[in-house]
Amino acid sequence: MRALVGVVPFSLYTFVFLGIPTLAIVIGAFQRPSGGFTFDNIRIASSGVYRTGFETSVELAVLTSVVPGIVGLLVAYVIRTSRGEALRRIVSTASGVFANFGGVPLAFLFIATLGTTGIATRWLNSLGLNPYSHGFSLYTFVGVSIVYMYFQIPLMVLVITPALGGLRPAWREAASNLGARSWQYWRHIGGPVLAPSVLGAVLLLFGSALSAYATAQTLTSGSIALTPIQIGSFLNGNVIAGQQNVGKALGLGLIVIIAVVMVFYGILQRRASRWLR
Amino acid sequence: MVALTVDVMTEDDRSADGEGSSRRPRRRPRVWRAVVLVVVGLYFLVPFYAALRFSLQDTQGHFSWGAFRSIPSQQGFSEAFGLSIRLAVVTTLITLALMVPTAVYVHLRVPRLRRLFDGVTILPIVIPPVVLIVGVLEVAPTQLKSTPYLLALVYAVLAMPFAYRSLDAGLQAIDLKTLVEASRSLGGRWPITLWRVVLPNLRAALLSATVLTVALVLGEFTMASLDQYQTFPVWVVAFDQDDAHVSTAVSLLALVVTWVLLLGIASLDRRQFRRSRTRTG
Repeated sequence: MRALVGVVPFSLYTFVFLGIPTLAIVIGAFQRPSGGFTFDNIRIASSGVYRTGFETSVELAVLTSVVPGIVGLLVAYVIRTSRGEALRRIVSTASGVFANFGGVPLAFLFIATLGTTGIATRWLNSLGLNPYSHGFSLYTFVGVSIVYMYFQIPLMVLVITPALGGLRPAWREAASNLGARSWQYWRHIGGPVLAPSVLGAVLLLFGSALSAYATAQTLTSGSIALTPIQIGSFLNGNVIAGQQNVGKALGLGLIVIIAVVMVFYGILQRRASRWLR
Repeated sequence: MVALTVDVMTEDDRSADGEGSSRRPRRRPRVWRAVVLVVVGLYFLVPFYAALRFSLQDTQGHFSWGAFRSIPSQQGFSEAFGLSIRLAVVTTLITLALMVPTAVYVHLRVPRLRRLFDGVTILPIVIPPVVLIVGVLEVAPTQLKSTPYLLALVYAVLAMPFAYRSLDAGLQAIDLKTLVEASRSLGGRWPITLWRVVLPNLRAALLSATVLTVALVLGEFTMASLDQYQTFPVWVVAFDQDDAHVSTAVSLLALVVTWVLLLGIASLDRRQFRRSRTRTG
């Protein structure tokens, strides 16, 4: 027991600033504003506009985790096997910046690009292909998912690159010595070894997209029903009397979805680490 | 959760370079590689170019440095920027003071807890910031809620996954046990051992943990805006209504500054690596 003394400050801090707030949300999700147990918040949070919010959020998260997952994997592979040291350094630091520093600056970059008077919009317009007259808008589901990929692709590059490093050159050499073609190598060796890491990375991207708030808030100001934005609007005071705790039920919903995803991630990661030792 | 792999990755790259690149069989360049690079490159560079061009125009569409030059004198800029910097400093101090002793202790004394710590430090990722701030504002006492430093206390939690993983990677790379035993047997007391033996060996990890924490604080929007404090990113959005050219200029500047910061850290790290290699080789 004495050995655990050294981890007390950390545990205490984590409990106070992570544990207690989370508990407050879980408890609040089952409470009337006046106190007392109820399922009403959960019921409201899982119906109507909030249900739509969850559905849209999950759809957006699936789309912006699978597509950037594939693109990011390709980019990471190309970068990893390229000989350009400078290219590699630029891509790896740029990935760090873009993956983290999304949000607000990102929204402005895209407004200047694909907004109604953005540069890409004008280019397409001069080609006779105005996206806005074909139903496209930066401030809708499609627009937001294009913007999300701007931080999701770098995120994928960052998390999958170490796993690509686990593919030993010796395996490839052994395979080709035994007469395997490129596709056979990927089908029987590279693919199976990488699969858990790739799936794990995509799940991580899913969680990141599901909880993203800043980008969508800046771009849409709430015109799309997304759960994080709805939770935020509860804090901004847009509350119907008696529903103060619905925001917490929504929060609980997000936590549950991400927790399920993370459990999968943990299982897959354990499988992957067996090969990457 | 992400950027912590920046330094892990460079380390990984190095070892792979060391053994792999010279032996890697020469392959003919394939078309698909170029296509991937060009398409993705365009997707990432066009918005940059667009934002740069937009911010270098005045309202009539003529070329002008005006937007960039006017940033420091914009109303609210210095307060917002100052607040973000103060939050970054306080958050970094809290994070390092909390995570460094803990990570060293776990590695040295209770290595069997390392798996548990991996799990605990990933928790802030499971709980979305927008949800966490709801809970924090619910339970925080009024005195805390009336100061922006409540944000620093919560940011330290958000930075935990990044910081812990940086430090963990750094600690794994050195022979901590031998170093500490050597120092102790030469009569160094604990604080001295930590300060003069362990920390210098963790320089790269400390740097990367610091940069990641600073980058996180400087970019964090969700919690600050919901807690109603005008940090730098919140200011950028609030500012939008007045002059989009300046907002775009500020956004670009923020991105470029962070990028340069990370590049700087990466090169610091590399220099140290080279030095240690000449020493051993």
